Amino acid sequence: MLNFTIRRTLTSIPTLLFISLIIFLLLNLAPNDPMAQVPLTVPPEVKEKMREALGLGQPLYVQFFKWLVQFFWIEPQVFFDHLFGTTFSEGDLRIISWQTRSPVMDIIVQRMPQTLWVVGMSYIVGILIALPIGIYSAYRHYSVFDQAGTFVTMIGYSIPPFFTGPLVIVIFAVQLGWLPSTYDTLHVVIDWDTFVIQFKQMILPVMVLAMQTTAQISRYMRASMLDNLNQDYVRTARAKGLSEWTVVMMHVLRNSMIPVVTVIALNLPAIFGGAIITEQIFKVNGIGGQLIGAIYANDLPTVQTITFMFAFLIVFFNLIADLLYGLLDPRIRYD
Amino acid sequence: MTETKTSHTQHSKPRSKWRDVWDQFRKHKGALIGSIVFFTIVISVMIGPLVWPFEANEINIRARNQGPSWLHPFGTDQLGRDTFARMIAGGQTSISVGLAAMTLSLLLGSFIGVMAGYYRRLDGLLMRFTDLFLSLPLLPLLLVMMLLFREPLSQAYGPERGMFVLIVFAIGVTSWMPTARIVRGDVLALKEREFILAAQSIGTTDAKIITRHIMPNVLSPILVSATLGIANAIITESALSFLGLGFPPDFPTWGRLLNDAVDYLQLYPERVMWPGLAISLTVLSINYLGDGLRDALDPRIRGR
Repeated sequence: MLNFTIRRTLTSIPTLLFISLIIFLLLNLAPNDPMAQVPLTVPPEVKEKMREALGLGQPLYVQFFKWLVQFFWIEPQVFFDHLFGTTFSEGDLRIISWQTRSPVMDIIVQRMPQTLWVVGMSYIVGILIALPIGIYSAYRHYSVFDQAGTFVTMIGYSIPPFFTGPLVIVIFAVQLGWLPSTYDTLHVVIDWDTFVIQFKQMILPVMVLAMQTTAQISRYMRASMLDNLNQDYVRTARAKGLSEWTVVMMHVLRNSMIPVVTVIALNLPAIFGGAIITEQIFKVNGIGGQLIGAIYANDLPTVQTITFMFAFLIVFFNLIADLLYGLLDPRIRYD
Repeated sequence: MTETKTSHTQHSKPRSKWRDVWDQFRKHKGALIGSIVFFTIVISVMIGPLVWPFEANEINIRARNQGPSWLHPFGTDQLGRDTFARMIAGGQTSISVGLAAMTLSLLLGSFIGVMAGYYRRLDGLLMRFTDLFLSLPLLPLLLVMMLLFREPLSQAYGPERGMFVLIVFAIGVTSWMPTARIVRGDVLALKEREFILAAQSIGTTDAKIITRHIMPNVLSPILVSATLGIANAIITESALSFLGLGFPPDFPTWGRLLNDAVDYLQLYPERVMWPGLAISLTVLSINYLGDGLRDALDPRIRGR
């Protein structure tokens, strides 16, 4: 297993490097002028100096290497310093946002908790709803529940979050007036009443995101359960006289969970991507909101860093999924 | 429909594969309804502008913010433009983007899939490439591509056509990977079959084997991913338009209309419904169509 882990981790390094190269080249080769926002009255030689100050005069490979150093060497040092109060990173140049002139990572760290809170909660809620639905619809294959479940998951697949978002706002915030339509990130939970407000404002974004998760994961759960329910070992278990609960929950479920667990890990980054839209609808100032803001403001370092962080999440969770698969299913490890 | 009625009486004749597929497809109620709904939507957005008396961009400020009426069944917007006309125009854009992006992604996906499956020495390289593309954060990258290439392409081809080219290209380039993987898997299995060996032994060239023997046999998975590709492309285009990074504001698409309607959410909540329902209904019908097609094209299921 250790061998498998090391091998798998090492192969994800070139992937990450390649992705960072793609993102870097896409951003830097594009016909796009970072000086476009600078007033026309600024003389050309001053503009040239500003360009140099942004590090734009150098060859591409130097820029790429410097960015890699900043991202993989300096930023972790800053993080380490922050944790332990050391001064490794003092004097080093960090990735600076063109928009705010402050380090990109600082803004990301400020924005991250909101995103994680909403996305994480929706994912947990989605999984908790999806698993029982998947298990039961597979167990009662072609029953009314299964048909209804299939229809509901089909709808969950098909209705995009940018429609469900406004839809739940219309229903619950405008018509019924039960819940707030926006997410107030300045809200601090100190007692029961503020907790209730926090809970209420989280319901809508979590509901929208959880709908997508539920649809996907319950489909996988159902398919995986169906594969296992017809296997010989299930018949053996029933023939031994085990109770139906033990057969389904102990034997079938544990085997069916192997692909589902990996799908859960694999889908997590996609949920972060979906959160970009949901954050926009509910005005959550999380990382997706920051990305959109940076895109509108032509703030390339921020765009580059956040996009790369999404890529990093994808590669990381792919790795986790593979390792989990290896851990749960010994046949994979010895490939 | 008359054709299918006669098929019941002619049991003695040998049945073609596509007749079997159609018979299985008909059994899947959802798929049948889905395909009817989808083709109704496609036909109505295609012939709609010819029949409907209002233009999508015809401003009539006196008739602004009207609710549904006989004259304007979906009401009018803040500039008095007929929402139904705008829905038709938006549907034309959204569906043509969906079809064009799906075609591009299928071409790319099938080409890479067939190459990787057929030529062993290309396999490792191409599949690594596919895996790399699968690890890219697609929505952020699409947004970045919209940001960076919007201006130059608009200048080159005009604002609408430039955006169309860009969106189709961006969606096509970022959605071919699942098709490539499925096609590769099928080609790998097909390559070992006797008829390929027979073709090789009589000296058929690789190009001919691929076009005459391999492609017809991998048509089923390609068809299924085509349906899912349209749905995916429509949703992606609408998401981009919704985030304000799609087509220019005066050019209606369903995502754009939804985005415009969100600003009036408090006053006219029904405006969100039309484009939202149109997107959801189209995607839902395509997904059911794809589901039925998958069942119908799978010989293991078809026998039952």
